Order: sequence, then C-alpha cells, then structure tokens
Amino acid sequence: MENIQTSRAQLRRRPRVCRQFTERFFHGLFLMLSLVTVGCVLLITIFLVLSGIPAIRDIGLFDFLLGDTWESTARDPKFGILPFILTSVYGTAGAILFGVPVGFFTAVYLAKLAPPRVKSVVGSAVSLLAGIPSVVYGLVGMLILVPGIRTLFHVPDGASLLAAIIVLAVMILPSIIKVSVTALEAVPHEYEEASLALGATPVETYFKVTAPAAKSGIAAAVVLGVGRAIGEAMAVMMVSGNVPNMPSIFGSVRFLTTAVASEMSYSSPGSLQREALFSIALVLYLFILLINAALNFFLKRSKEG
Amino acid sequence: MRRKAYSFAMRGLMALSVAITCGFALFIILYVLCKGLPNITWQLLSTSPSILNDRIGILPDILNTLYLILAALAVVLPLGVGAAVYLTEYASSKRLVSVIEYAAETLSGIPSIIYGFVGMMLFAGTFGTSLLAGALTLVIMNLPTVMRTAQESLKTVPQSYREGAFGLGAGKWRVVRTVVLPGCVDGVITGCILSVGRILGESAALLFTAGFAHVLNGFFTGLGSSGASLTVAMYVYAKDRGEFEAAFAIAAILLVLTLLVNLCAALAGWYFKKRRA
Repeated sequence: MENIQTSRAQLRRRPRVCRQFTERFFHGLFLMLSLVTVGCVLLITIFLVLSGIPAIRDIGLFDFLLGDTWESTARDPKFGILPFILTSVYGTAGAILFGVPVGFFTAVYLAKLAPPRVKSVVGSAVSLLAGIPSVVYGLVGMLILVPGIRTLFHVPDGASLLAAIIVLAVMILPSIIKVSVTALEAVPHEYEEASLALGATPVETYFKVTAPAAKSGIAAAVVLGVGRAIGEAMAVMMVSGNVPNMPSIFGSVRFLTTAVASEMSYSSPGSLQREALFSIALVLYLFILLINAALNFFLKRSKEG
Repeated sequence: MRRKAYSFAMRGLMALSVAITCGFALFIILYVLCKGLPNITWQLLSTSPSILNDRIGILPDILNTLYLILAALAVVLPLGVGAAVYLTEYASSKRLVSVIEYAAETLSGIPSIIYGFVGMMLFAGTFGTSLLAGALTLVIMNLPTVMRTAQESLKTVPQSYREGAFGLGAGKWRVVRTVVLPGCVDGVITGCILSVGRILGESAALLFTAGFAHVLNGFFTGLGSSGASLTVAMYVYAKDRGEFEAAFAIAAILLVLTLLVNLCAALAGWYFKKRRA
C-alpha cells in the first residue's frame, strides 16, 4: 500500500521534472540546429584559409596574384593567376554590360507597365531562365554560340571570352530582373502620383522618379548579378576554351572558377599544383565575400528607404 | 517633342528588352526540346550504359539523381526547419539572430564550385567519392533556402494561436509541436520544391563529390558508391565524349523536369495563398 502511494506521488511529481527536461532539451536542440548554419560558414572559411595559405606562402603573394603565366605542369612550374583574375573580372564586367540594361528595362516594364496577363507570362519565362541548369546553358552555348562566333568573326576557334560573356549575361538576367522588380514595386505610390500630377508622362515618371527611388534595390540586383557571374563554373567551362591565356575577347580563356575545376581531377594530392588550386579557391571566396558584403549593404539601404 | 521622343525611345527599349528576355527563354527551350525529345528512347531510359553493346543508358543517372534528392532532403529538412523554429520561437538575443541570418545569406551567395571543392576535401575525404558526400554538400547548399521559406511561413502563424496555447498551460515545446509546426507545412513544401529544383540543376558541386560512375545501384549501396547525377552525366557526354545525342536527350529531360518543378512551385504558392485567405 505504502509502495503504491509513494509511486503515485512520484508519478505526480515526475511530469514537472520531465517537462522541464523536455523544454530544455528541445530548446538546446533547436539552438544547435540553428547554429549549424554558422558552423558551416566558419568551417568553409577556416578550411579555405588554412588550405589556401601554404601555396601562397611558397609562391609569394605578389608572384601568385600578379604573375601572368600559369604553367602548373611544366618542369619549372609557374603559378601566376593574374590571367584568371582578369578573365573573371572582364567576363563579369562584360556580362553586366549586356545583362544589366536588358534586365533593368524588362524589370521596369514588368513592375510598372505590363498588363497582369503579360506579366505572368513574362514572369514565368524569367523563372524558367532561372531554373535552367547551367550545364544546359553550356551545351546550347557550345553548339550554337561557339560555331556562330567562329563563322561570324572568322576566328579559328569560337570558344572564347565573348561566348562566356554572352552565356553569363543570359544566366544573370533572371536574378537582376527579380530583385529589380521587387525594388521597383516597393517604391511608394505617392512619389509616382506626385510626379504624374505635376504633368510628367507615366514613362517619364517610371524612369525619372521610380527608378532613382529604387536605386539601392537595383544596385543590389546588379551586385547579385556580379556574384552569380563570377561564381559560375560549368557553363563557362563548356564555352570558354579553358586555356590559361591573358584575356582577349576572341581568345580562349580560363576563369577563376574553371581554373579550380579543370585541374582538380588530375593534380596529385599534396603537390604544389593542388595547393595552388586551393589558393585560387581562396581568392575566389574572398571576391565572393566582398560581393556579399556589398549586397548586404545595398539590401539594407533599400529596406531603410 | 523631345519628351515624346524620350517616352517613345524608353518604350522601345523596354519592348526590346522584354523581347530579348522572352526570346532567349523560348529559344533555349525550343532548341533543346527539338534536339532532345527525338533522342529519348525507352532503351535510353531503362538501361545502364554498356560499351560492349555500344549503347548509352541513363537509368543509373536518373536513380542517382533521385537518391541525391531523397538523401539531401532527409537531412536538410529537419536542419532547416529546426533552425527556423529556433529563430522565430526561441531566440531571445537579437545579435545571435542577426549572426545566424548573416551566415545563411553568406551561404546562399557562395558559388557551387566552392561547395564542390570544400565538399570534395571534407566529405569525399571522409566517405570517399560517393553519393553520400554529394548529398551532404547539397545539404549545406540548400540549408539557407529551406530555412528562409520555413521562417517565412512560421511568421504567418498568428501570434494569438500561440498565446491561446500558452494560456491553456502548454509548455514551449508543446506549443511548437502542436501549433507552430503544423502551421509551417506550406513553407516546408515550398522549400522542398525549391531545393529539388536546385539539386536537379546542380553540377559543379557534384562533379567532385559524387563522381561520375554509371553503375546501377540500390539506395543504400548507391549512397556509398560514386555515381553521376543527370547534370553531371550530361556534362560528361557533351564535353568529354562528344555524345551530343545523349547529352541533348538528358538536357531535354532536365528542362521538362525544371518546367514541372516551376509549375509545382506556382501551384503550391497559389494553393497556399487561397487556403490562407
């Protein structure tokens, strides 16, 4: 009898302890799950820095960043990644040059002028462009752009910086359009109404009032496009020829991304060649971190208005 | 007169840009489908490649893609939803929230080649070049997407529901389990669809982590061994082997799947909006 009573008392008491324990447990569990994200970023950063530093130290920072020849498999190997850096910069700049105007005008049309039905059709075309796998872009580029450039400009090989720029320009269009549309739609209607009331035509209003008011958001869209373009690997690998030349518009070139990818499979572990590939990845990562910081800056500013 | 010309020019530029954007989309779809669909045969879909019989089959690649999607989603969903629950329900320190969100934004900005590279060193170094290593790499890539969609749908669960449950004496975990989590089903489904789309199209991160073997495997043996996804198989066929017929067939399949994923996302968005209203 006594036994039963104590166990009853225990039963009554247990839930509270049990509940406290469960609460703590799940609080901790969810905290851990949310810290996984931070852990991943730290892991990637630390890993890239640790594995990227040795080769830079061996080669010398200046020779590595500013050396203009990459001969990783020669008897007297040279590891200068200036060609890759310049190619990535030129390629991205070119893609922005073509992609941003087209993306911006499309975004203004979609956000302000398009009738709902046209908007949904063009909108789904844009999200389709965003969804097409990069290897498919590469394949189409390989079979249409590359021969096209060869015959059109009478160059020996069409696989060139120009082909990569065109592919990249198409690939960054959807990100630019989506972010710009969001920014343009967030501009308060009062601005536009004031401008219209003062006698400006709708088109003048959209380009001279709405667009400047949304300039932080549009800048964010451009920066996002830069990030996409500089990080793209597979499509660029298939159309750019992949030879480590200094960049020229019709020359076969190699980007930072493709430099990492193309020698990874045959470099032997532990060799200076592989360590230099780690350092290229680190340089690319630093570029991306800079771009992310810029993106966050513009996004924050556009949120604050 | 000058203002009229300005309006006219701007309208012209807009029409031109829209035409370019739609033109590219339409051209790529039609071109790939026209060149790819005639090459899709039952033999291609249902066999594994064989040099002896001189045939190309993509069944292993289809299965590998499926395994990758299943394995990656199985890990990323609990992770992402858990993180979202912490951020919206538990977190009290604003600084911690902003650190986590900044980390998620950083993750979503990292290009897939870097993921492939890090995944190759970390996961493929531990588990060997295998689908498991590829799936784990995909988990990190998709974590921010799942987290963000789950977070957004958690924010739409009305505060009064939670207060009601707390008022009835429920503890935090009980509220999360019975009130909050059921409310974020739509976010989880949207996140799933977006992740599936991203995994389908991913190639750079998989090339070095999951490898490019074409062996027919079951789910668990498949996870432990190297295998090409559809995108990687397409890349190898197009770039290294010059088998453009097979490459276009795979590209057409990928495009159709992308169209389906987009359609699902649109339908899901429409359905959840309607249900909520």
